[in-house]
Amino acid sequence: MELSRTQRNRLTPVQRNYLRLAARHEPRRRIARNMLWAFGTGGGICAIGQGIQFAFMHWAGFDQKTAGNPTVAVMILLSITFTCLGVYDRFAQKAGAGSAVPVTGFANAMCSAALEHRSEGLVLGVGGQLFKVAGPVIVFGTTAAFIFALLRVLIMPLFGGHA
Amino acid sequence: MKKGHQSWEFYSSPTIISSGTVVGPDEGLGPLARHFDRIHGDLRLNQESWEKAERALLEEAATIAIGKVKLREEDVDFWIAGDLMNQIISSSFAARTLGIPYLGVFGACSTAMQSLALSGLLIESGAAKRILAGACSHRATAERQFRNPTEYGAQKPPTAQFTVTGAGVGLIVSSSDYDEIASRQPEIPPPIRVTGATIGRVVDMGVDDPYNMGAAMAPAAVDTIQAHLRDFGRTAEDYDVIFTGDLGNIGHIIAKELLNEQGVTFKSNAFMDCGMLIFDQQKQQVWSGGSGCGCVATTAYGYLLNEMRKGTWKRILVVATGALLSPVSYQQDETIPCIAHAVILEGGNV
Repeated sequence: MELSRTQRNRLTPVQRNYLRLAARHEPRRRIARNMLWAFGTGGGICAIGQGIQFAFMHWAGFDQKTAGNPTVAVMILLSITFTCLGVYDRFAQKAGAGSAVPVTGFANAMCSAALEHRSEGLVLGVGGQLFKVAGPVIVFGTTAAFIFALLRVLIMPLFGGHA
Repeated sequence: MKKGHQSWEFYSSPTIISSGTVVGPDEGLGPLARHFDRIHGDLRLNQESWEKAERALLEEAATIAIGKVKLREEDVDFWIAGDLMNQIISSSFAARTLGIPYLGVFGACSTAMQSLALSGLLIESGAAKRILAGACSHRATAERQFRNPTEYGAQKPPTAQFTVTGAGVGLIVSSSDYDEIASRQPEIPPPIRVTGATIGRVVDMGVDDPYNMGAAMAPAAVDTIQAHLRDFGRTAEDYDVIFTGDLGNIGHIIAKELLNEQGVTFKSNAFMDCGMLIFDQQKQQVWSGGSGCGCVATTAYGYLLNEMRKGTWKRILVVATGALLSPVSYQQDETIPCIAHAVILEGGNV
């Protein structure tokens, strides 16, 4: 049970006692097993992606750089297909963090939100809620990219490198 | 009438004459399946949206409950119901379909017993003769309102619970009305009397994890059970079984431990939880057990009533627990306030 610091300070001794008792009855999360599953499934998804990339390079005349985009497109298609079939969420319960690998996890986040909110119409439902789950990733991903780019521009010249 | 600090005793024996229970596919695969009136194989019930499916569950359960005693909507005085949706739309929209004067109530997953306690009170006071009371929940609507989109792939912790898709509705009548209906229809099952109720206080022990509702609600159940036993001057042994609503495995163990600390002890199988009964925990992946308004509603109006009519238990206490949080409150770092309402059910003639 995790509490923010402000909240922990607000609790009475009786509440703190109870939380200790409740924590004792909380089943242990199988961290080692979850990590192994995440490693296997996440690695598996990446291996499939790698296979698709090689296929594009071998049979479709792409080079290593240009094969990236069609590979991502195929992975997105696969993820969305399995989301729509109602399989992805079950797979994710087992796979855990492994199913959150960027391309397929992101596609699932957007597709599931779109499916869920289709009943509220195309504009307010699908359009308005599409980024409900994935939105924060974009917001903080872009912000982080900006900050690191800025650091690079500022720091690299000090060591004689090119920004 | 008022008994002790926070309880009501009903001397006129308000009677549950019939009930209707409608559930979804997962509950249909569970061990209580044969106690439900209707099982839907399709989680969506052929409706356009999850919300419409939830409403359909409640409407069907209400229609079944009044149909069993060959009454019609206009023969019922009031419809008291609630659910988990914002503005309790499932109950209100069902009220639009049923056309019965309506009181919407909200007690989260404790709603089924809240509405049953109020029905008992209205009948006891003579304010009504026949009341339809119920509650419903749907896994997909709850998932979407409180958690993530249904198809979103996220791993749930072992403390999480599985929202029951189902609606349970009871038809509660005055005992004289029961006799009158039963004299016209001899096939009517034996009466189940609502002989008392205890209204719970809101208890917040500081749990803030919406994936650990059992631990959040257990203290509320304990508080209400203790208050009930104190108000009625009874011990746990005066009841064949005390049922809690949806504490799940974890909440159940905690509640039992807290009660034992207070000197309330149970014989084996005299303290059970509907959330642990409704699913087959070996075969179905439901983590800590079932939850939602529909959990105690379908179990009580289905399984518990059937067993009482068979005579398995003479007197039971149903303590429905509810977590009174909203998606906004837990995002704003609030802890989870919980409540529990208890209703005494007695079989046979009192």
